[in-house]
Amino acid sequence: MNFFKGMKLRQREALQGYMFVFPWIVGFIVFTAGPLLFSLYAAFTNYDITSRMDFIGLANFQRLFARDKLFSTAVYNTVYYVVLSVPLRTVCGVLLAVLLNQSAHFRRFFRTVYYMPSVLSGVAVYLLWMQLLSPSSGLINMLLEMVGIQGPAWLFDPRWTKPALILMNLWGVGGTMLLYLANLQSVPRQLYEAAEIDGAGVVQRFFKITVPMITPVIFFNVVTGFISAFQIFQEAYVMSTDKGGPLNSLLFYNLYLWKQAFEQFNMGYASAMAWLLFAAVMVITLLNLRLSKKWVYYEGGE
Amino acid sequence: MSANVAKRPLWKSQRFRLNLYRWLVTLFLVGGAVVILSPVWWMVSTSLKSMQEIYRYPPTVIPEVFHWDNYIKAWLSAPFTRYLLNTVFLTVIGVATNITSNSFIAYGFSKIRFPGREVMFAVVLGTMMIPGFVTLVPQYVLFAKLRWIDTYLPLLVPGLFGNAFFIFLIRQFFLTIPNELVEAAKIDGANHLYIWSRLMLPLIKPALITVGIMAFNGKWNDFLGPLLYINSEQKYTLQIGLTIFRGTVQTQWNYLMAASVIALVPVILIFFIFQRYFIEGINVQSGMTG
Repeated sequence: MNFFKGMKLRQREALQGYMFVFPWIVGFIVFTAGPLLFSLYAAFTNYDITSRMDFIGLANFQRLFARDKLFSTAVYNTVYYVVLSVPLRTVCGVLLAVLLNQSAHFRRFFRTVYYMPSVLSGVAVYLLWMQLLSPSSGLINMLLEMVGIQGPAWLFDPRWTKPALILMNLWGVGGTMLLYLANLQSVPRQLYEAAEIDGAGVVQRFFKITVPMITPVIFFNVVTGFISAFQIFQEAYVMSTDKGGPLNSLLFYNLYLWKQAFEQFNMGYASAMAWLLFAAVMVITLLNLRLSKKWVYYEGGE
Repeated sequence: MSANVAKRPLWKSQRFRLNLYRWLVTLFLVGGAVVILSPVWWMVSTSLKSMQEIYRYPPTVIPEVFHWDNYIKAWLSAPFTRYLLNTVFLTVIGVATNITSNSFIAYGFSKIRFPGREVMFAVVLGTMMIPGFVTLVPQYVLFAKLRWIDTYLPLLVPGLFGNAFFIFLIRQFFLTIPNELVEAAKIDGANHLYIWSRLMLPLIKPALITVGIMAFNGKWNDFLGPLLYINSEQKYTLQIGLTIFRGTVQTQWNYLMAASVIALVPVILIFFIFQRYFIEGINVQSGMTG
């Protein structure tokens, strides 16, 4: 305690406070703020990690938008994935949560079962889905064949690769479902009872009570869902042929960035891509925040 | 009650209709459960089949002959024991450092007053919005300059400096603990280091377990880190090993599924043992939405 001698109580308190958050400050500077600034500068250079780092102005951005065909492919693939995956996951998550919120037997058991796939992740899950989606021996096409449908080649048909990944990620929708469920359970019973007395049907009650009451969670999930969907990488890296194929149909934004940075060592070029992604994600998040005033309902809020 | 029953036939009674509804929903849920569990069932079933049986149509739900030796053959056809040990090592250290550093930092953000605290915490939350790939290239450059490539340091050291979501999660728990407890300990002459380690950590055990589980899942399944930083084969982790294995055995699905089952077993075990802590983590997330 000698160390603190002669200091005022409040200073002593503050010093200890800084000591506790000190690791975070260091980590923030070294692993977040510093790298952000470095890559912002690198975005305007031809940095290649070994020999050169010359300032080249907007040349990287010009190349991205004007000449790089693969870049537009990557943007298209990513937007395709985001636009389909985020709404699908939201709708399925809400519907499953509503279903699990009904009076039924063994609800705890079903909650566990529906939630479990979202815990499973990593390469093992990708390998499992490669087998499920296999055109010749996979479960999905075998089941389709049993009802007389000739299934697509999924991961080998450029038109079906992205739907295949969307389907796979839909399997893990249980995490968001649980989030909705926790909020559904806090919707007051009286609201439904009152609506029923007023003659509102099931569908009306769903759209007029259930959905508005859980819009804050839906909003939260949409925001985080957009941020993470834009960053899809691992699934594509493992499940595509030759990192992005067939026919670059799985070349997502981050996969292309990865190839530029760590296979061709075009680090300046990759930094430019990284900052564009950052800007896009920020714009979409701000847009979401702006739009949220129109549809998110906060109880007791203005 | 009895007058009611006498007036109306059974199937028109309120109780009967409620029961019918309940069973209909249950039936529907059973259907959904079958769909959701079928991939896992299929994985285990495929891992035990022979290759001929895998390509047979119509497919067999339960393998005709249980080829348990698939597991042994798959395991021995690559240095999986080495990969497993590496992964366990990285996971154990990762979980321990994450629990320690994040509870330490979160304590500072919730139980000590100091100028700039609120601003800094807003920055903590803000960092969660930054896509990981934006800092990936500079971090790689940094670790390359430090000559840390092909060591475990890039995978372990950042964990010492906290993770935004974990800090947030533990802080939520600290906020539920009355400040009077800290004040009383301070009057008794305890400093914050003592209060954090002796008084607070035991009180927020559920939060620590939740963070521990999430860190476990993150480390066990980490793919990007080892892919980027590890080059030599004897340092590979299970996730990288699985990708390499897939490259060598191609569509030898029974071996692939056997190796996948082994990689998923720890995750599934932890899930069933600590289920309620998973739910705890979800509840904290739901607190973020307000």
